[in-house]
Amino acid sequence: MRATLRKRMRGWVLFVALCLAPGLAKARAPEIVQRFGDGDAPRHLLIRSTADLSIFGQVIEAYLATRAGLAVTYQQWGSNDLYDDSVDGCHGGPDPADMVMSSGVHQMVKLVNDACARSYRSPETENLPAALRWRDELWGVTREPVVMVYNRALVPPSEVPRTRFDLLDLLRPSLSRYAGRVATYDIERSGLGYLFAFADSREAATFGGLLESFGRTDAIATCCSAELISGVADGTYLIAYNVIGSYAMERAFGDDRIGVVMPEDYTLVLSRAVMIPKTARHASEAQAFLDYLLSSAGQTELQRARLIMPLVNEEGAEGERISETALRPIGLSPTLLVALDRQKREQFIRRWHETFQGTRLPSAEPQ
Amino acid sequence: MPRKLFSLGTSSLTMRVALAVTTLLVIGGVLVSIAAFAYGRQAAQEAYDRLLLGAANDIAGSISVVNGEAVVDLSTSAFQLLALAPDDRIAYRVIGVDGRTLTGYDELAVPKDLGGTSGSRFFDGKFTGEDARYVLILRRIAERSLNGTIQVIVGHTMLARDALALDITRKALFAAVLSGVAMLLLAVFVVRSALKPLDRIAQSIAGRDPHDLTPVDPYVPREAAVLIGALNGFMARLDRQMSAMRNLISDTAHQLRTPVAALRAQADLAAGVDDEERLRSIVARIHARSVSLGALLDQLLSRALVVHRGDSAKREILDLRDVALDVFESGDFNLLAPEAGVRLEIGEEPVEVLADVPSLQEAVKNLVANAIKHGKAPVEIGVSVENGEGCIWVRDAGTGLPPSVEEALGERFLRSAVSRGDSSGLGLSIALAVAEAFDGRLSFTRPETGGFRAAVVLPLMETRG
Repeated sequence: MRATLRKRMRGWVLFVALCLAPGLAKARAPEIVQRFGDGDAPRHLLIRSTADLSIFGQVIEAYLATRAGLAVTYQQWGSNDLYDDSVDGCHGGPDPADMVMSSGVHQMVKLVNDACARSYRSPETENLPAALRWRDELWGVTREPVVMVYNRALVPPSEVPRTRFDLLDLLRPSLSRYAGRVATYDIERSGLGYLFAFADSREAATFGGLLESFGRTDAIATCCSAELISGVADGTYLIAYNVIGSYAMERAFGDDRIGVVMPEDYTLVLSRAVMIPKTARHASEAQAFLDYLLSSAGQTELQRARLIMPLVNEEGAEGERISETALRPIGLSPTLLVALDRQKREQFIRRWHETFQGTRLPSAEPQ
Repeated sequence: MPRKLFSLGTSSLTMRVALAVTTLLVIGGVLVSIAAFAYGRQAAQEAYDRLLLGAANDIAGSISVVNGEAVVDLSTSAFQLLALAPDDRIAYRVIGVDGRTLTGYDELAVPKDLGGTSGSRFFDGKFTGEDARYVLILRRIAERSLNGTIQVIVGHTMLARDALALDITRKALFAAVLSGVAMLLLAVFVVRSALKPLDRIAQSIAGRDPHDLTPVDPYVPREAAVLIGALNGFMARLDRQMSAMRNLISDTAHQLRTPVAALRAQADLAAGVDDEERLRSIVARIHARSVSLGALLDQLLSRALVVHRGDSAKREILDLRDVALDVFESGDFNLLAPEAGVRLEIGEEPVEVLADVPSLQEAVKNLVANAIKHGKAPVEIGVSVENGEGCIWVRDAGTGLPPSVEEALGERFLRSAVSRGDSSGLGLSIALAVAEAFDGRLSFTRPETGGFRAAVVLPLMETRG
């Protein structure tokens, strides 16, 4: 499928190193840039997003098939860099995006709170539930569970953790073979990881216990979903905690080494947030694309890309299901501003470091 | 001059009341909307100010001192509180003891004129270009390592406030409009039912026989009763004049028939007489008859005049002595009977009554004529106050009216007097009509000093002072 997708892609793919010039702290750049559609198309749309191109590309392709004369430039960014870039764009920086879509929804809430977004209403946006819409400036377009990923070969079925308590139990024995082989996001480097950890801390007391266990067993904190999943696949890690479900499922579909668990005690559900910057140059194109994403055709495409996953007893639900009461959607509300409060963030990261990597000194940099 | 399309004077009362009520409602509606909007704003302001204050207190409560530095452990609950205004953007800033921002938006500033050192203060401002409402609260820190005041500013934009204010206003206006319409309908209904008696009166008058001048049913609302009273008074007057006119015509016809027939008989007689002596005596009789016919005619007319004036002439305050003096000085009776020796007897004090001078003069003249004709000299014209009533009287030394005549005073008496060709009955009838027209009466007395006195007795005017 991906091969056909690549064949259909026109334009070019550019891989850019994360840091072009080491030491230049402010240097921000997209990880990947991809151009869709005819180069001489009269209309243009610039999307900056944290979604993997390999997954989101097919949605853009499907959209372009319905809309002639449009070219889309898709830039894939890390969530923190994307946030910084959007702040710049908001304050008159060059080359602002027409649409920003990020999994770091707390950062998106902050951008909207700082009046960086443009308001838009349409029948499609009005159909969204209140939790997935804020001020008609921010919309939650996807539905992705936050899951645990495990290596099918190395974790026997009886030991597969169904809940966080199971995970704690696995890590409890002093000579646990899971010691040093459980991985999760480095919350300092990954905005998404920070959001999940922050949501966990608000959700249940298990978070403190987990952090303590991770610290005691030398768990790995690393960046980015792809690394975590690859690590589990090749056996470097046995279990990865708090991985975004869409990527995990995408990989698990073509790789039977990987197993995916939605924790039964509670499962966070992320909706990637879309905003149209007030400085957008092609706002009407962005609005049209937003309407498409929220339309039934767009939703079908997002489902095909696994960005909308059937969770509870819905038709087409794959794998295990959990009860509806265990779902914890991360709603788009100003409450998320707390996550980006500079002191709160400092304290949270310091606490994370102190318990997670007890020996490491805090190196949190204020945002 | 162009005619006015709409004249208030003739427009319907319902219309007027509807117009007045509508005006009242429009003015009231404007006032109510202003009041409702002010109230709505204030209510919304108070409700959301409490929210702000709660959040600010929550944040202030999360400040602690760690290693000599103030640390804000921002609580989610504060923001959950603020998120109750779901679409409003949130601004906050915590300013440390040294005036530097501990956390939050650096650009939020405390207005210089806010003043004060404790408690909470609200102020209006802007947040990234939008109107916003802020609260400032102070948290005093007194630790060994840190001493001073920490300022907490929390604010949010006004969407929820405006929406609530608008909602309250809209509901209040809805109620006001509803009650306004109800009042209008009620007013129309009330006016309709209040004016219903007028319709009834109009119908009962319109349905009357043209000669029916009896009073209209007086059971109507007090306001309409004035109208009905006036109407009934007018009809009574009309009725009296009509009957007076009828009487005059029938009396005159009746009274003139006999003397005219007598004259004709005399004239017929004269035509057949050759004897000059006889002819002369007939002519003399014809002359006497004509004179008395003239006198009768005079009296008939003056009586008609009196009856007419009694109803129609304007009454005025007059002194009875002036009337007596006028009659005395006119000296008409001297022509009739110079030997009667008429005298005047009036006092020093004025005797004031409410009447009409010509009518009274006519009455007194008739009484004098009667006294001269039927009484004995001397004849006196006098004015006096008796038992709180004003009297203008005529006295003679004779025996007066026979008692039967006295009892029969009135129309029938007049008729009989007339049919007898007796003008004295007519004179009394005139005096009686005058007395009754001015709420008085005719009185006959026989004083101890002798003779006979006929008086017109009228109620005295309240003397001023």
